[in-house]
Parts: sequence; structure tokens; C-alpha cells
Amino acid sequence: MATETHEESTGLVFHPLDQFIVKPLFGEGPIHWYTITNVTLWMAIAVVAVLALFVFGSRGRAIVPTRTQSFGEMIYGFIYKMVEDVTGKDGLKYFPYILTIFIFILFANFLGLIPMSFTTTSHIAVTAVLGFGVFIIVTLIGFIKNGASFLSLFWMSDAPALLRPIIAIIEVISYFVRPVSHSIRLAGNIMAGHAVIKVFAGFAAIALISPVSVLAITAIYGLEVLVAGIQAYVFTILTCVYLKDALHPHH
Amino acid sequence: MAGETTTVEHAADAAAHGAEASGAGMPQLDFSTFPNQIFWLLVTLVVIYFVLSRIAIPRIGAVLAERAGTITNDIAAAEELKQKAEAAEAAYDKALVDARTEASRIVAEAKAEIQAELDIELQKADAAISAKTAESEKAIGEIRAGAVKSVTAVAKDAAKEIVSALGGKADAKAVTAAVTARMKG
Repeated sequence: MATETHEESTGLVFHPLDQFIVKPLFGEGPIHWYTITNVTLWMAIAVVAVLALFVFGSRGRAIVPTRTQSFGEMIYGFIYKMVEDVTGKDGLKYFPYILTIFIFILFANFLGLIPMSFTTTSHIAVTAVLGFGVFIIVTLIGFIKNGASFLSLFWMSDAPALLRPIIAIIEVISYFVRPVSHSIRLAGNIMAGHAVIKVFAGFAAIALISPVSVLAITAIYGLEVLVAGIQAYVFTILTCVYLKDALHPHH
Repeated sequence: MAGETTTVEHAADAAAHGAEASGAGMPQLDFSTFPNQIFWLLVTLVVIYFVLSRIAIPRIGAVLAERAGTITNDIAAAEELKQKAEAAEAAYDKALVDARTEASRIVAEAKAEIQAELDIELQKADAAISAKTAESEKAIGEIRAGAVKSVTAVAKDAAKEIVSALGGKADAKAVTAAVTARMKG
């Protein structure tokens, strides 16, 4: 309330978080699980972008690729190599899942940089599903592949005997913190950047500050372009690292 | 009174707005939108997964494998062509060397032939020249002998004529002997 009166007195309007509101696309009303919202719209746009890049772009199956096909191949090769390097050859059968995660986050992040768009990856609900999804799948793979010996992931056999139980407790805690940090890292990075841009945009109402504000928005936008790519990369490589732990739990 | 109501309403509005703002303060924590987001996220992930695993990954994998194969084949073909080119170059060099030796051999042969012919011709020419020289010498000797004889005859005749012109009777034998002695002298 106090801030609001303050805002009214200076003529500045800050609604940095309004861009994250989930709204129904058609009409008003409560948001049911099936309601078509701006989330639906921007996820659909991401799907269309994926189709454009990977299906339409590579339709020629050319030996000498077009630009679009070349870009698709670049992403494919990048993730393929990452999975192979981090998890080893036996991780390659999970390559489609990891590519799906990377592509979705990459497209959601970059589509979110379009002005007036809605960034689906800025929502903890979305990133938590991704993060916990990875956590649950990786844990299941770990137990199915290794049985009970998967638990040796937490037992440092090369540590001093006295420290081993303590290290095991720390390892277990850190293992369960993984999905939380995994999902909050992504949502937090994306949300913070977008909110900061909005705050600077609010300052643009003052004529004297507006040039600085525009410069700051440009700078932060550049940073956000970087963050959009890096966060997709970080999420994916961490997924690979967790998968490696599940496939090869023995240190 | 009306103004008061407005104020109250305004306050209520503001309160409602504030409540909404606190809800909107963190739209990420508005749990009522979670089922919606999660549902559409799962739909999106499944669609992307099927697009990638059914269409994109096999296609791109095939293209990459084909390209790698093509590149390997091309490199092998290039290697083969390079070897062929090297062989051709070696053959060319060899042919060049052969041709050079052949040429120098032919030149040497021709030189020897010419030399031999030349020698024969020179000998012939020498023989012809010496024959001509001998002939000429003989001819000169004959001419000289002829000349001496004629001179002797003329001298005898002249001496006889001179003796007779002086009124003496020339003794043929004495004149001849005198002329001959003079000629020898």
C-alpha cells in the first residue's frame, strides 16, 4: 500500500511481475487444468518453432545442408557430443530425452525474449516438473540398472572410514537438493532478468532518466540473451551429469 | 456520505488490489495455475519428444552418417587419384629420362657415322690429291725434259748457224759436244 501511494505520487508504475501472470487466452474466469492460456500459446509456439527447425528445416536431407538444416544439425551434434562425453556410450540411448529437454528450454527461453511474450520457463511450476522429472527418471534408472549397488553413489569408499557415514549423509542431502536447485536455478535466472528489464522500463517514464534506462534495458537484454542459452546448456549438462551418476554410481 | 462510500469502496478496491498485487507479486507462486501449466508442459514435452525421436533424430542422424560416409569416400577417392597422379608423374619422368638417353645415343651414333664417312672421304680426297700431284709432277718433268731437248736442239742449230754465218764450216760433232758441255755447265 505504501509503495503504491509512493508510485502514484511520483507517477512511476512498477509492475515487473505482471508479465508472469497466467491468463486465459479467451475470456475471463478460473484457470482449469485444460484452460487454453498464454502458457498454452507460448508452448505451442515453441512446438511450432521446433517443427520449423527440425522438420521443415531438414526436409531436404541434403548432404550439403541449408542454413536451417545446418543449425538443426549443430544443435543435434552439440547435445549428442555432450551426452557422449559426460555419460559415456551407454548414455546415448537417453539422447532423445535430453535433446527434448534442451530444445524445450532453449526455445522457451529465447521465445521469452521477444517483447510482450510470455516466458514459460520463468515459472517454477514448469521448471519443477522438468527438474523433478529428471530427478525421478534418473533415480529410477539408477536403481533399475544397478539395483541396490546404486546406493554406493553415497558411500565414498576412498574416504577415511570414520568420515564415510558423515559424507554419506551429506551426499544423500545433496542428492535430494539436486532437483530443487536444478529447477529454481532455471526459473530464478529467467525470472530475475525479465523482472529487472521491466523495472528499468518503469524508470523510462522519467524523461531525464529514460536514456540511461534504455541503455540499461539494452545491456540487460544482451545479458539475458546470454543467460537464455547458458541456462538451457546448464540444465542439460546437469541432467547428463545426474544420468552419469545413475549409470556409473561407483566412483 | 456518498463521498464516504466512495472512499470506503476505494479503500476496499485498494485492499483487493493489494491482495491481488501480493498474489501477482509472485505469479509463480499462484498455485491455482499450476495444474494448467503442468498439463500444457507435459503435452508440449510429449509432442516435442515425438517430433524429435520419430522425425528429427533419425533424419539428422541419417544425414550426418551419409555425410560422413561421403566425406570418407571422397577422401579415399582423392587419395587414390593422388597416387595415380604420382604414378603418372613417375612414368612421365621415366619416359623423359628414356627419351633423353635415346636422343643422346642417336646423336652419338650419328656423330660416329658421320665421322667414319668423313674419314673415308678424307682418305679418298687425300689419295686423289696425291695422285693428281704425282701426275702433275710427271707432266712437269716431261715438259722440262721436252724443254731441255728443245733448248739443246735450238742451241745446236743456233751454234751451227752462227758458225756458218761467220764463214766457217761447222763440225757437227764438235758443236754438239760444245753445246752439251755448256748445257751441263
